Amino acid sequence: MTLESLEKTAAEGPPPESPATAGEPTLPEPPPSAEKRFLRYGMMPHMLCPGCGHGIVFEAMLRALSSRYEQLDDIAFVAGIGCSSRVVGYVDACTLHTTHGRPLTFATGLKLARPELKVVVVTGDGDGLSIGGNHLIHAARRNVDLTCVLFNNEIYGMTGGQLAPTTIPGAYTSTSPQGNAETPFDAARLVEAAGATYVARAQSYRTREFEEVFLQALDHRGFSFVEVMTDCTEYFGRTNRLGNGADLLFSQARVEPAIDADLAGRSTLQEVPPRPVRPVLEMGVLHESSRPTLDQAMKLSGAGS
Amino acid sequence: MSQQLIQGNEACARGALAAGCSFFAGYPISPSSEIAELLARELPPRGSVFIQMEDEIASMGAVLGASLGGRRAMTATSGPGFTLMQEHLGYASLAEIPCVVIDVMRGGPSTGLPTSPAQGDVMQARWGSHGDRATIALAPGSVQEVYSLTIEAFRLAETLRTPVAVLYDEVIGHMREGVELREPTPDELGRRTSPRTAFSPTFLPYAPDENGVAMVPDFGRGYRFHVTGLMHDERGYPTSDNAKVAELLERLERKLEPAVAAVPPERYRLDDASVVLIAYGIVARTARAAVDVLRREGIRAGLLRTRLLWPLPAAALTEVSRSAELVVVAEMNRGQWALEVERLAGDTTVLSPYLKAGGSVITAEELAGHVRRLTREGVAVS
Repeated sequence: MTLESLEKTAAEGPPPESPATAGEPTLPEPPPSAEKRFLRYGMMPHMLCPGCGHGIVFEAMLRALSSRYEQLDDIAFVAGIGCSSRVVGYVDACTLHTTHGRPLTFATGLKLARPELKVVVVTGDGDGLSIGGNHLIHAARRNVDLTCVLFNNEIYGMTGGQLAPTTIPGAYTSTSPQGNAETPFDAARLVEAAGATYVARAQSYRTREFEEVFLQALDHRGFSFVEVMTDCTEYFGRTNRLGNGADLLFSQARVEPAIDADLAGRSTLQEVPPRPVRPVLEMGVLHESSRPTLDQAMKLSGAGS
Repeated sequence: MSQQLIQGNEACARGALAAGCSFFAGYPISPSSEIAELLARELPPRGSVFIQMEDEIASMGAVLGASLGGRRAMTATSGPGFTLMQEHLGYASLAEIPCVVIDVMRGGPSTGLPTSPAQGDVMQARWGSHGDRATIALAPGSVQEVYSLTIEAFRLAETLRTPVAVLYDEVIGHMREGVELREPTPDELGRRTSPRTAFSPTFLPYAPDENGVAMVPDFGRGYRFHVTGLMHDERGYPTSDNAKVAELLERLERKLEPAVAAVPPERYRLDDASVVLIAYGIVARTARAAVDVLRREGIRAGLLRTRLLWPLPAAALTEVSRSAELVVVAEMNRGQWALEVERLAGDTTVLSPYLKAGGSVITAEELAGHVRRLTREGVAVS
């Protein structure tokens, strides 16, 4: 698709499928996707790298939303700064691309101002756990009624692959050239301890499971948190010689022992070097509880201004 | 109408309520905390929102989120907190999100003098955020004016879609005076710009109206659109097109010009003045007394009291500073606004600012003494 045609689709929506030219090899038609109607075509082309896990997760988010909503008029998407945060701009909804680390502060204000709106925060591991870590624990403590999806790719992608508070021990980044000496945060356990009432973890490798917990998080009344492990191919993958996007997805799978055994015999799987080793992380719903949300406790009516 | 004896910070909270403020997010800091304390009592019973956030960065973020939701929103702070808010003030300027920030100035830099008055945040209000940010800053000089200018701050913020700072010092914040709490008229309240067309896929949230103010809708009112701190086009989509960026920055500056006429300076005994004092805030009170003292001594002194720091009321400053023989900018800092006057004054005018940054108010006697010394030296003909 050319830039001009993308500009054109800003106003017109997706272009009609062009008929295959005679003589050119034809690819099988992709199945029609409901989620595409939520795309903001004027924002294309997107800025994600080939193989980036964020695109996989983003598509899964849209698919989940399309199973629930006809239009996204009453959902606000709020994001910070970073590769993951950029995806909110690609959703045809009220979207707010805020400052680095602060999306939850904007989201808290918006939710209290307009309790009837559904608020979804998209953040990254640098945005949400490093510069925005304080806001994350306070939003969880307050049980602000919103859904926070944290894309964890263990690195700062947008700025060029620097160390994150989630980078696994020993991993190489542009600011840990000798290997990471620090211990990473467990985001899910952190927000659970801070008071979040729904906590789940998923992977870009298993999007159905992600969609499931994302929908549960949307349905949950209170602060719901989904950490989703995704891969930065260009920086994390290359710097640590972990292969391409597909290899990284397989390496996500490998931390699950059963899948690892299943994959062991496959010749296509690139051998993962001994370092860094991704820890085995518990996936699925990690915590669920119920207590009054902040707007309930403040007795806000939801009538707006 | 009867008057009430209240302190400056209470007048500010009363003004905010009269202006229709329905959202406050803040963080405790001396000497501004009374504003938050009063609004914590007054907002919730009205169905409005008060929230104490985890810090000033979060406070300003929450204010902007609430404003995008359609609320008239504000925060109150002092120097160190104002510093933490600067990034989000830049965001509000660029994304055109209305909000009001009260800065009750104390001595700085750093933790400084938390309970002493100062006027050290004048340049922070102007240049505290990175980039060429145009902004509005008001400077009330009495408790009554804290009330009226807080209302005016909301009007300017809403109608021009911009952050507006109200700067006053600790003395005005804690001083008690009789205040008439007059309810503002609809014109004095003003209305936020809103789109003139229904939502369509070609809707342009950042298209300016005839006054150069973007007509951005509130969230969740049937319009789907994008808000970003990146340079953006009229669609609200990020752009790095140099011409579009330059045009945006120029518009954001130009749209604030109406503030200059809206908040005119007060002229006191200026008509035949050869010595012009220029002051704002609490110092304008003592400067007025100094003018009277000097006049009794035969020195033709006058006062230009500004209530608007930014955008700079350049025309008024140029006029008085060029017609006078001696101009004395009096302020409680190391010379911030004095620099602005210096670059506007004519070559023949003698400039001799009176500056005091130690944590107490410039007295009338100090200021009169300064002028007396200069006139004895033959600087200005009395």
